[in-house]
Formats: sequence, structure tokens, C-alpha cells
Amino acid sequence: MKGHALSLRRLTKRYGDFTAVEDVSLEVEQGQFLTLLGPSGSGKTTILMAVAGFVEPTDGHVLLDGRDITPLPPEKRDFGMVFQGYALFPHMSVADNVAFPLRVRGQSRADRDAKVRAALDLVQLSAFAERLPKQLSGGQQQRVALARALVFDPNLLLLDEPLSALDKKLRAELQEELKALHRRIGRTFINVTHDQEEALSLSDRIAILNHGRLVQFGGPGELYERPRTRFVADFLGKSNFLHGIARGPDAAGMLLETPGQGIHVRFVGPVHMPRDGGPALLSLRPEKITVLNPGETAENVVEGTVRAFAYLGAGFSLVVQTAHLGEIRAVLPAWQSPVAPAEGLAVRLGWAADAAVPVEEDAP
Amino acid sequence: MNASGRASLGWWLLLLPAVALVLFFYVAPIVQVLTISFTEPEPGWGNYERLLTSEGIQRVIFTTLRICLLTTAFALLLGYAIAYAITLASPRARNWWILAVLVPLWISVLVRAFAWVTLLRRQGLVNNTLMQAGVISEPLPLVWNEFGILVGMVHYMVPFAVLPMLASMREIDMRLLAAARGLGASRGQVFRQVFLPLSMPGVIAAGVLVFIFSLGFYITPAILGGGRTLMVAEWIALQILDLIRWGLGTMMATMLVVAIMVTLLVFSRIVDLRRMFGAGGR
Repeated sequence: MKGHALSLRRLTKRYGDFTAVEDVSLEVEQGQFLTLLGPSGSGKTTILMAVAGFVEPTDGHVLLDGRDITPLPPEKRDFGMVFQGYALFPHMSVADNVAFPLRVRGQSRADRDAKVRAALDLVQLSAFAERLPKQLSGGQQQRVALARALVFDPNLLLLDEPLSALDKKLRAELQEELKALHRRIGRTFINVTHDQEEALSLSDRIAILNHGRLVQFGGPGELYERPRTRFVADFLGKSNFLHGIARGPDAAGMLLETPGQGIHVRFVGPVHMPRDGGPALLSLRPEKITVLNPGETAENVVEGTVRAFAYLGAGFSLVVQTAHLGEIRAVLPAWQSPVAPAEGLAVRLGWAADAAVPVEEDAP
Repeated sequence: MNASGRASLGWWLLLLPAVALVLFFYVAPIVQVLTISFTEPEPGWGNYERLLTSEGIQRVIFTTLRICLLTTAFALLLGYAIAYAITLASPRARNWWILAVLVPLWISVLVRAFAWVTLLRRQGLVNNTLMQAGVISEPLPLVWNEFGILVGMVHYMVPFAVLPMLASMREIDMRLLAAARGLGASRGQVFRQVFLPLSMPGVIAAGVLVFIFSLGFYITPAILGGGRTLMVAEWIALQILDLIRWGLGTMMATMLVVAIMVTLLVFSRIVDLRRMFGAGGR
């Protein structure tokens, strides 16, 4: 592995009374792709800027391979960075933009030329070397920014919402390119985004932030399947929330007692364990719910009527009104739907006991 | 005449008052000046020949060019520093800075010129202070020479240098500066390789503006030059008002207009003049 490891130790940043980042600690291993994910104002960009050296933490440390780099100014850190909106220098050609990090490091022209060519090859823009940034499309500018950030063999690559300015289709394309690039060069990437799909598809590790705090940190699958809090379940994908009283939780599972019925829950992996007899909250992903055929049964069955539905091409999205559990959203593949949905249609929803996960309410 | 022809005639009629105004008050006097320069005291190129033959006239022209170039250089240098400070200042401080730049513009040029005389003359504040401090034993010749003119003109011109440069600097995306540092550039490198090149359109605009303004300067050089250092505008006034040599005076006035037009023409090839004088944003 050529990448470097990064640790944040109890990082805190305050602006007067306002706390932008509070006590965030996390570890990124060599060559990993970390995404800082959160809504706007969650502190994700502040953390990235503290890693880059633009923001001086009020408290805590940034460590690169175990060495404290907190006091270093940005230009001494040797981190490649792709800025929001790319920040390409408008008065320089593409080649000069890419050569900039080498020029300020005093490298000779010959060294520079070879490296710039290699970097532009890497992002398939060799033919555009002499153009000015404004003559390129958004996607091409994004790739120039990538080449410029990678050309000097940086310790880390930092990406500040690198894809947010692009349209949906181009974004998907560049996501794949970015992922392939990460695999090819084996560097440690740190990405900031508010786009949960981007985070899920790109990352080895995701740090979910809200109100300046780290809410959950882990692999994409772990976070999606076993969200720790309501916020994580809601922000990363969509979720139904079922309220009730926890009965007899043990390592294997529990029963959620709601006014109308009991819901069986089987635990897979470590989860937040509610107290016996105390209030509990379940997160249930819409795609884990099926519409049952007549006579078919499941570990949990709820009856209701379709209040609204949408055809999504590949599937249906239903909102089902139930007697005791309120509205439940379900997403099912079109080919699996036993009936063509219609408003007012009575349906039976079913899901397996291991589909729902108990989550905590978030601290206010 | 068809309908669209009538409509366009209507538009032209609306423009007529403005055209008449310009012709009567602007074009006609200039044409008259041009005519006089070729007819007085006798018809022909006689007045213009003096440009090549008279050492006195050549000296006035070279003095003017030298003072104007120096004024432009110092005004740009000072103005750049001020515009840079304003650009990087906090929004609150920025407003105070801009006010400080603009206030001198509202004070009469005459008042400012005499203020400089008071400060710079032999028993002025500057000389007295320096002598009392023991730095000098004899008063320095600070006024009634080229130095005095230069001080007065630079002082007058700095706001005109600041404003176009400030406009151009404000257009620079500050994230570019952060980006440059993030990519490994020191503060000095960020300034030289990113900020300075991006602010060049403003510098050129300010330079042209200040230079053209300086060419026709009259009151400041007249007061601070003390009649010993003559610039073109004062020389023209002298020819026409004191020596009653209309031919020579109008010849020089014509040359002044030509010099300004040539400067504008040259720079219109380099920068977008319409943008420089504030027409249309980007």
C-alpha cells in the first residue's frame, strides 16, 4: 500500500459560541476511501478543512501515520485537494494548472512535463493540455482538478463535494471513474459529500455527521444494515420507523409491542439493545417489505390499504395506511408485485424478523 | 416608406437632441481648435513644425511625459497596495477603507494643492519637523519643482487607480488562493502566480485611466510647480492667455487629444475598454 493512515483525535472546532465540530475521533487506514457524510452544517467540510490545514482546530489533533501535523500550514502537508467548484486557475492552461503544484515545489521543467503528461493520461485529458479551463465541460474540469491534485504524489487526496456541480448522469459516470482511480493508485482518499448514494457506492468507510458530532462510523453495508440511530437510518437511505415497547430483548432478538400487535425482531450482529419494558424504535427499510399473495405468510404481517403509489419503472413505491402502525412505505420490484397497485386497495404487507433493526433516538 | 422605416426614423428623431448637443458643444469647439491650429498666425503646418524644431516645446512634452509616467507608476504602486488591503479586509473594515479612498475625491483639487504647498514649503510642516528632529540642517526643496508636482498628482490619482483595481480584485475567486496554498504554494507564490496575474486587467485599466488623466493636468502642476516646471496644460494656458499665441496653444491642445486617442487605441487592443469604464459586468 502506498497510502498513508490518518487519525483524528478528539477534534473540536468552535467559532465563538457556535460549535462546528465536537469531539470527533476516527481512524482511516492506508489506501482506504473515507467519506464524511452529513447534511449541510453537519461539520463535514470543517473537518476536511482541518485535515487540509485551512482550519485550525480549537482542540484535538490530526495525525498522519502517527505524526501530529496539527500545527502545519496547508502548503506543508503535501495533500492533494479537489475543491468544491474545482478552483482551476482561469489564467492558466490545463497543462499549467496541472503543473502548478510541481512548479511551486521548484521541480525542473523536464520533470514537470513528464509528470503532467502522466497525470493528464490518468484522467484521459492529454488532448486538452493547451486549452483554458473555461473551454472545458464541467466533467472535464473536474478531471483536471483531479489530475492537479494527484500530480505531485500527495500523501492524501482530499475531495470537497467533488461531484456536486455535475448533472446526475455525469455524476454516476465520474463516480465509477473515481472509484477505479482509487483502486488503481492505492492512495488514501477522503471525500466530503451530502449525497448518500455517492457515499455508499464509493467508500470503504463512512463517517456520518450531524450537528458537528460523529454519529456513526463504519463500512457502507454495516451502516446501512445496522444504523445506530434514527438519524443514520433516515439519512442513509429511507426508512420506516415503528414505535413500541421492547419486550424481553436478549442476544437473539426481541418483541416490539405496539398498541395493535407484536412485531418480531431477530438481531443480526451487534445492535443497540433497548431496555425490557422501555420504549423502543425500529427502523424498517422499505425494500425489505413485500406485498403478500393471498394465503402467503411471513414472520411479521400487517394489513392496510394503499393510500398512494408511484410507478418507478423498475418497481413500485407504495404508501400503505395501517390500523396501528401508521403509514408504512414499501418499495418492491414491479415483477414481484402480486397485484397492480391502486389507491384504496387492501394489501397485506410482510417482512422477515431480521429485516427491522432497533435504533436509538438522536440526542437533541 | 414602409412601416419599419418610419419606426426607425422615429427612433432617430428621438436621438436628435442628444446628437445636436454633442455636435454643438463638443465637436464644433474641437473642430474650431483644430482649424485655428492650422490657420493662425498663417495658414499651413507652421505650428506643427515647431514640434520638431523648438527645444522649448520638446522640453515641455518630455517633462509632461516623464511626470505622467512617474505619476502613473507611483499611483499604481500605492493604489495596488490599498486595493489589495481592501480586498482582503473584513466587510466592515472594507467600507471604512473605501470611504477613506473616496473622501479626497470630494475635496477641491485647489484646496488639496494648497494643502500640499503648506506641508512641503521651506517653512512647512515636513521641513520644520525634519529640521527640529535634526535629520536635516537645510530645508529640502520639496515644492515648486517636479517633486512637488509628483506628490500632488499621485495624491490626486490614487483613488482613480484604486477603484478599477479594486473592481478587478473583487472579481477574483478567493477560493483560488486557498486552492493554491492547498496545492503547496507559499503565500508569496500564491500572490505572484495567482493573485497578481488575475488582477492584471485592473492594473492595466487603472494605468490607462491615470495616465490619460495626468496628461491634461492643470491646477495641481500650476500650483505645486510654481511656474518653474511647465506641463502641457499649463503651457497651453500660457500661450493662449498670456502670450496670445492661439496657433501654438491650439496645436498643443490638438496634440494632447491625439495622444489620448492613441493611448486608448493601443490599449483597446489589449483590454476590453467598455468593461474598463464600467459598461457591462462580465
